[in-house]
Amino acid sequence: MLSKKQLFTKGMLDISPHMLSVIPFGIICGAIGVELGFNPYLVYAMSIIIFGGASQIVFLQLLSGGASSLVAVTSVGIINSRHLLYGAVLSEYLEKLSFIKKLLISYFVVDQGFSESNKFFKKNKTEQHLHYHLIGTGCTMWVCWQIATLSGIILGSFVPEELGLKFAIPLTFIAIVVQDLKKIDHVIVMITCGLSSLLFFDAPFKSYIIISPVIALFVASLISRLKK
Amino acid sequence: MTWISIIIAGILTYFTRMTMIALVDRDFLGDKIKAVLEYVPSAVFPAIIFPAIFINDYGAFIEMSDPKIFGAIVAIIVGYFSKNIIATILSGLISYWFLIFVIFS
Repeated sequence: MLSKKQLFTKGMLDISPHMLSVIPFGIICGAIGVELGFNPYLVYAMSIIIFGGASQIVFLQLLSGGASSLVAVTSVGIINSRHLLYGAVLSEYLEKLSFIKKLLISYFVVDQGFSESNKFFKKNKTEQHLHYHLIGTGCTMWVCWQIATLSGIILGSFVPEELGLKFAIPLTFIAIVVQDLKKIDHVIVMITCGLSSLLFFDAPFKSYIIISPVIALFVASLISRLKK
Repeated sequence: MTWISIIIAGILTYFTRMTMIALVDRDFLGDKIKAVLEYVPSAVFPAIIFPAIFINDYGAFIEMSDPKIFGAIVAIIVGYFSKNIIATILSGLISYWFLIFVIFS
Protein backbone atom coordinates (compact mmCIF):
# COMPACT_ATOMS: atom_id res chain seq x y z
CA MET A 1 0.00 0.00 0.00
CA LEU A 2 1.54 3.30 -1.07
CA SER A 3 1.22 6.42 1.05
CA LYS A 4 -0.55 9.56 -0.20
CA LYS A 5 2.80 11.25 -0.62
CA GLN A 6 4.24 8.36 -2.62
CA LEU A 7 1.22 8.36 -4.92
CA PHE A 8 1.40 12.12 -5.40
CA THR A 9 5.12 11.87 -6.24
CA LYS A 10 4.47 8.97 -8.62
CA GLY A 11 1.90 11.13 -10.40
CA MET A 12 4.39 13.96 -10.69
CA LEU A 13 7.04 11.65 -12.10
CA ASP A 14 4.66 9.95 -14.52
CA ILE A 15 3.55 13.20 -16.14
CA SER A 16 6.84 15.10 -16.06
CA PRO A 17 8.22 13.76 -19.41
CA HIS A 18 5.24 15.41 -21.11
CA MET A 19 6.44 18.81 -19.88
CA LEU A 20 8.97 18.62 -22.70
CA SER A 21 6.11 19.51 -25.05
CA VAL A 22 3.77 21.29 -22.63
CA ILE A 23 6.26 24.00 -21.62
CA PRO A 24 7.19 25.18 -25.16
CA PHE A 25 3.52 25.02 -26.11
CA GLY A 26 2.57 27.13 -23.06
CA ILE A 27 5.19 29.73 -23.95
CA ILE A 28 3.85 29.88 -27.51
CA CYS A 29 0.26 30.21 -26.22
CA GLY A 30 1.16 33.10 -23.92
CA ALA A 31 3.18 34.87 -26.60
CA ILE A 32 0.44 34.52 -29.24
CA GLY A 33 -2.15 36.01 -26.89
CA VAL A 34 -0.09 39.14 -26.39
CA GLU A 35 0.87 39.33 -30.09
CA LEU A 36 -2.82 39.27 -31.01
CA GLY A 37 -3.13 42.48 -29.00
CA PHE A 38 -4.91 41.25 -25.88
CA ASN A 39 -4.37 42.62 -22.40
CA PRO A 40 -1.60 40.49 -20.78
CA TYR A 41 -3.60 40.10 -17.56
CA LEU A 42 -6.48 38.75 -19.55
CA VAL A 43 -4.26 36.31 -21.44
CA TYR A 44 -2.81 35.04 -18.19
CA ALA A 45 -6.15 34.86 -16.39
CA MET A 46 -7.25 32.31 -18.99
CA SER A 47 -4.55 29.92 -17.80
CA ILE A 48 -6.22 29.90 -14.39
CA ILE A 49 -9.87 30.25 -15.34
CA ILE A 50 -9.96 27.96 -18.39
CA PHE A 51 -6.69 26.01 -17.89
CA GLY A 52 -7.05 24.28 -21.23
CA GLY A 53 -4.13 24.48 -23.68
CA ALA A 54 -5.33 24.74 -27.24
CA SER A 55 -8.78 26.07 -26.32
CA GLN A 56 -7.17 29.22 -24.91
CA ILE A 57 -5.42 30.02 -28.21
CA VAL A 58 -8.52 29.23 -30.26
CA PHE A 59 -10.59 31.55 -28.07
CA LEU A 60 -8.24 34.51 -28.60
CA GLN A 61 -7.71 33.80 -32.29
CA LEU A 62 -11.46 33.71 -32.90
CA LEU A 63 -12.06 36.97 -31.04
CA SER A 64 -9.20 38.77 -32.77
CA GLY A 65 -10.46 37.45 -36.10
CA GLY A 66 -13.76 39.23 -35.49
CA ALA A 67 -15.86 36.28 -34.30
CA SER A 68 -18.56 36.99 -31.71
CA SER A 69 -18.03 36.11 -28.05
CA LEU A 70 -20.77 33.52 -28.41
CA VAL A 71 -18.81 31.71 -31.13
CA ALA A 72 -15.59 31.90 -29.10
CA VAL A 73 -17.22 30.60 -25.90
CA THR A 74 -19.07 27.82 -27.74
CA SER A 75 -15.83 26.71 -29.39
CA VAL A 76 -14.05 26.49 -26.04
CA GLY A 77 -16.93 24.44 -24.65
CA ILE A 78 -16.89 22.06 -27.61
CA ILE A 79 -13.10 21.67 -27.71
CA ASN A 80 -13.07 20.87 -24.00
CA SER A 81 -16.10 18.57 -24.11
CA ARG A 82 -13.64 15.65 -24.47
CA HIS A 83 -13.13 15.97 -20.70
CA LEU A 84 -16.59 14.44 -20.28
CA LEU A 85 -15.09 11.22 -21.63
CA TYR A 86 -12.08 11.45 -19.32
CA GLY A 87 -14.42 12.03 -16.37
CA ALA A 88 -16.51 9.00 -17.30
CA VAL A 89 -13.36 6.84 -17.31
CA LEU A 90 -11.93 8.30 -14.10
CA SER A 91 -15.22 8.13 -12.18
CA GLU A 92 -14.65 4.40 -11.67
CA TYR A 93 -11.69 5.23 -9.45
CA LEU A 94 -13.00 8.40 -7.81
CA GLU A 95 -16.45 7.09 -6.88
CA LYS A 96 -15.77 6.84 -3.16
CA LEU A 97 -14.52 10.40 -2.69
CA SER A 98 -16.71 13.01 -1.03
CA PHE A 99 -18.61 15.44 -3.25
CA ILE A 100 -16.32 18.34 -2.30
CA LYS A 101 -13.19 16.36 -3.11
CA LYS A 102 -14.69 15.39 -6.47
CA LEU A 103 -15.39 19.06 -7.20
CA LEU A 104 -11.83 20.07 -6.33
CA ILE A 105 -10.07 17.24 -8.13
CA SER A 106 -12.09 17.84 -11.32
CA TYR A 107 -10.31 21.14 -11.94
CA PHE A 108 -7.04 19.26 -12.47
CA VAL A 109 -8.25 16.81 -15.10
CA VAL A 110 -6.14 17.43 -18.23
CA ASP A 111 -5.30 15.27 -21.27
CA GLN A 112 -1.88 14.02 -20.23
CA GLY A 113 -2.80 13.77 -16.54
CA PHE A 114 -5.88 11.74 -17.38
CA SER A 115 -3.96 9.32 -19.56
CA GLU A 116 -1.01 8.79 -17.22
CA SER A 117 -3.19 8.47 -14.11
CA ASN A 118 -5.60 6.17 -15.93
CA LYS A 119 -2.70 3.89 -16.91
CA PHE A 120 -1.57 3.85 -13.28
CA PHE A 121 -5.10 3.25 -11.95
CA LYS A 122 -5.64 0.26 -14.22
CA LYS A 123 -2.52 -1.44 -12.85
CA ASN A 124 -3.09 -0.50 -9.20
CA LYS A 125 -6.82 -0.86 -8.63
CA THR A 126 -6.42 -1.96 -5.02
CA GLU A 127 -4.55 1.13 -3.80
CA GLN A 128 -6.55 3.11 -1.26
CA HIS A 129 -5.64 6.70 -2.04
CA LEU A 130 -5.41 6.41 -5.83
CA HIS A 131 -6.71 9.93 -6.39
CA TYR A 132 -3.44 11.36 -5.05
CA HIS A 133 -1.82 10.16 -8.27
CA LEU A 134 -4.29 12.27 -10.25
CA ILE A 135 -3.63 15.25 -7.98
CA GLY A 136 0.09 14.74 -8.63
CA THR A 137 -0.28 14.73 -12.41
CA GLY A 138 -2.77 17.61 -12.34
CA CYS A 139 -0.74 19.86 -10.04
CA THR A 140 2.45 19.30 -12.04
CA MET A 141 0.62 20.21 -15.21
CA TRP A 142 -0.95 23.25 -13.55
CA VAL A 143 2.29 24.67 -12.21
CA CYS A 144 4.16 24.14 -15.49
CA TRP A 145 1.31 25.59 -17.54
CA GLN A 146 1.18 28.71 -15.34
CA ILE A 147 4.94 29.26 -15.52
CA ALA A 148 5.08 28.56 -19.25
CA THR A 149 2.19 30.80 -20.32
CA LEU A 150 3.36 33.54 -17.96
CA SER A 151 6.87 33.48 -19.41
CA GLY A 152 5.44 33.60 -22.93
CA ILE A 153 3.36 36.62 -21.97
CA ILE A 154 6.22 38.48 -20.28
CA LEU A 155 9.15 37.56 -22.52
CA GLY A 156 7.31 37.15 -25.80
CA SER A 157 8.02 34.28 -28.11
CA PHE A 158 11.63 33.58 -27.11
CA VAL A 159 11.26 30.10 -28.54
CA PRO A 160 12.36 30.53 -32.18
CA GLU A 161 9.45 29.90 -34.50
CA GLU A 162 11.67 28.06 -37.01
CA LEU A 163 12.01 25.19 -34.54
CA GLY A 164 8.35 24.35 -35.12
CA LEU A 165 7.90 23.30 -31.50
CA LYS A 166 4.15 23.06 -31.90
CA PHE A 167 5.01 19.72 -33.46
CA ALA A 168 5.89 18.47 -29.97
CA ILE A 169 2.16 18.37 -29.14
CA PRO A 170 1.19 15.54 -31.52
CA LEU A 171 4.42 13.78 -30.45
CA THR A 172 3.38 13.87 -26.79
CA PHE A 173 0.06 12.24 -27.69
CA ILE A 174 1.78 9.68 -29.90
CA ALA A 175 3.82 8.73 -26.83
CA ILE A 176 0.56 8.22 -24.92
CA VAL A 177 -1.18 5.88 -27.38
CA VAL A 178 1.77 4.19 -29.10
CA GLN A 179 1.76 1.07 -26.89
CA ASP A 180 -1.88 0.43 -27.79
CA LEU A 181 -0.79 -0.13 -31.40
CA LYS A 182 -0.10 -3.69 -30.25
CA LYS A 183 -3.83 -4.32 -30.07
CA ILE A 184 -5.64 -4.53 -33.38
CA ASP A 185 -8.98 -3.34 -31.94
CA HIS A 186 -7.29 -0.20 -30.61
CA VAL A 187 -5.57 0.37 -33.95
CA ILE A 188 -8.95 0.30 -35.72
CA VAL A 189 -10.41 2.75 -33.20
CA MET A 190 -7.40 5.09 -33.55
CA ILE A 191 -7.52 5.11 -37.34
CA THR A 192 -11.27 5.72 -37.29
CA CYS A 193 -10.79 8.68 -34.98
CA GLY A 194 -7.84 10.09 -36.92
CA LEU A 195 -9.48 9.86 -40.33
CA SER A 196 -12.75 11.28 -38.97
CA SER A 197 -10.86 14.23 -37.50
CA LEU A 198 -9.41 15.04 -40.94
CA LEU A 199 -12.78 14.54 -42.62
CA PHE A 200 -14.65 16.78 -40.16
CA PHE A 201 -11.84 19.27 -39.64
CA ASP A 202 -13.88 22.10 -41.15
CA ALA A 203 -17.01 21.37 -39.11
CA PRO A 204 -18.15 24.44 -37.17
CA PHE A 205 -16.79 25.31 -33.70
CA LYS A 206 -13.87 22.87 -34.02
CA SER A 207 -16.41 20.14 -33.32
CA TYR A 208 -14.21 17.55 -35.06
CA ILE A 209 -12.51 17.17 -31.70
CA ILE A 210 -15.62 15.55 -30.21
CA ILE A 211 -17.33 14.22 -33.37
CA SER A 212 -14.40 11.93 -34.19
CA PRO A 213 -14.13 10.36 -30.71
CA VAL A 214 -17.87 9.70 -30.76
CA ILE A 215 -17.58 7.96 -34.14
CA ALA A 216 -14.51 6.04 -32.92
CA LEU A 217 -16.31 4.95 -29.74
CA PHE A 218 -19.25 3.78 -31.82
CA VAL A 219 -16.84 1.62 -33.82
CA ALA A 220 -15.34 0.46 -30.51
CA SER A 221 -18.78 -0.64 -29.32
CA LEU A 222 -19.23 -2.69 -32.49
CA ILE A 223 -15.83 -4.27 -31.93
CA SER A 224 -16.54 -5.14 -28.31
CA ARG A 225 -19.82 -6.74 -29.39
CA LEU A 226 -17.95 -8.85 -31.95
CA LYS A 227 -15.40 -9.93 -29.36
CA LYS A 228 -18.10 -11.54 -27.20
CA MET B 1 -17.03 41.82 -22.44
CA THR B 2 -13.98 39.68 -23.14
CA TRP B 3 -13.57 39.12 -19.39
CA ILE B 4 -17.15 37.88 -19.07
CA SER B 5 -16.64 35.55 -22.05
CA ILE B 6 -13.52 34.11 -20.45
CA ILE B 7 -15.33 33.47 -17.20
CA ILE B 8 -18.22 31.77 -19.00
CA ALA B 9 -15.75 29.72 -21.07
CA GLY B 10 -13.98 28.78 -17.82
CA ILE B 11 -17.20 27.69 -16.14
CA LEU B 12 -18.15 25.65 -19.20
CA THR B 13 -14.73 24.00 -19.24
CA TYR B 14 -14.95 23.25 -15.53
CA PHE B 15 -18.33 21.61 -16.08
CA THR B 16 -16.90 19.39 -18.82
CA ARG B 17 -14.33 18.21 -16.25
CA MET B 18 -16.62 17.89 -13.28
CA THR B 19 -19.94 16.58 -14.64
CA MET B 20 -19.02 12.93 -15.08
CA ILE B 21 -16.89 12.82 -11.93
CA ALA B 22 -19.14 14.59 -9.45
CA LEU B 23 -22.66 14.92 -10.86
CA VAL B 24 -23.44 11.76 -12.83
CA ASP B 25 -23.84 8.57 -10.82
CA ARG B 26 -21.75 5.78 -12.32
CA ASP B 27 -24.68 3.38 -12.31
CA PHE B 28 -26.35 5.79 -14.71
CA LEU B 29 -23.87 4.67 -17.40
CA GLY B 30 -25.09 1.47 -18.99
CA ASP B 31 -22.93 -1.64 -19.30
CA LYS B 32 -22.48 -0.96 -23.01
CA ILE B 33 -20.98 2.45 -22.31
CA LYS B 34 -18.77 1.10 -19.54
CA ALA B 35 -17.42 -1.57 -21.92
CA VAL B 36 -16.44 1.10 -24.42
CA LEU B 37 -14.71 3.43 -21.93
CA GLU B 38 -11.56 1.31 -22.12
CA TYR B 39 -11.12 2.73 -25.64
CA VAL B 40 -11.35 6.41 -24.65
CA PRO B 41 -7.62 7.25 -25.04
CA SER B 42 -7.47 5.52 -28.44
CA ALA B 43 -10.70 7.21 -29.51
CA VAL B 44 -9.77 10.74 -28.41
CA PHE B 45 -6.05 11.41 -28.89
CA PRO B 46 -5.84 10.70 -32.65
CA ALA B 47 -8.24 13.65 -33.08
CA ILE B 48 -5.42 15.79 -31.67
CA ILE B 49 -2.58 13.93 -33.41
CA PHE B 50 -3.87 13.68 -36.99
CA PRO B 51 -4.85 17.34 -37.62
CA ALA B 52 -1.65 18.54 -35.92
CA ILE B 53 0.39 16.52 -38.40
CA PHE B 54 -1.61 16.50 -41.62
CA ILE B 55 -3.16 19.98 -41.58
CA ASN B 56 -1.04 23.13 -41.66
CA ASP B 57 -1.58 26.49 -39.94
CA TYR B 58 -3.77 27.65 -42.81
CA GLY B 59 -6.18 24.73 -42.64
CA ALA B 60 -4.86 22.98 -45.77
CA PHE B 61 -3.61 19.42 -46.13
CA ILE B 62 0.17 19.08 -46.17
CA GLU B 63 2.17 17.38 -48.94
CA MET B 64 3.03 13.73 -48.44
CA SER B 65 6.71 14.77 -48.45
CA ASP B 66 6.21 17.01 -45.38
CA PRO B 67 8.91 16.49 -42.71
CA LYS B 68 6.21 16.20 -40.01
CA ILE B 69 5.07 12.88 -41.45
CA PHE B 70 8.63 11.54 -41.30
CA GLY B 71 9.06 12.87 -37.74
CA ALA B 72 5.81 11.23 -36.65
CA ILE B 73 6.81 7.86 -38.15
CA VAL B 74 10.20 7.98 -36.39
CA ALA B 75 8.45 8.87 -33.10
CA ILE B 76 5.99 5.98 -33.47
CA ILE B 77 8.79 3.46 -34.11
CA VAL B 78 11.03 4.77 -31.32
CA GLY B 79 8.08 5.05 -28.93
CA TYR B 80 6.83 1.57 -29.70
CA PHE B 81 10.16 -0.09 -28.93
CA SER B 82 11.57 2.21 -26.23
CA LYS B 83 8.29 2.67 -24.28
CA ASN B 84 9.84 5.97 -23.25
CA ILE B 85 7.98 9.28 -23.52
CA ILE B 86 11.07 11.51 -23.71
CA ALA B 87 12.68 9.30 -26.37
CA THR B 88 9.44 9.42 -28.38
CA ILE B 89 9.16 13.20 -28.32
CA LEU B 90 12.87 13.88 -28.88
CA SER B 91 13.28 11.36 -31.71
CA GLY B 92 10.31 12.92 -33.51
CA LEU B 93 11.59 16.46 -33.03
CA ILE B 94 15.19 15.69 -33.92
CA SER B 95 14.30 13.80 -37.11
CA TYR B 96 11.95 16.66 -38.04
CA TRP B 97 14.73 19.22 -37.43
CA PHE B 98 17.21 17.08 -39.34
CA LEU B 99 14.96 17.25 -42.38
CA ILE B 100 14.11 20.96 -42.24
CA PHE B 101 17.56 22.23 -41.25
CA VAL B 102 19.95 19.78 -42.94
CA ILE B 103 18.20 18.14 -45.88
CA PHE B 104 15.72 20.75 -47.08
CA SER B 105 17.64 23.88 -46.13
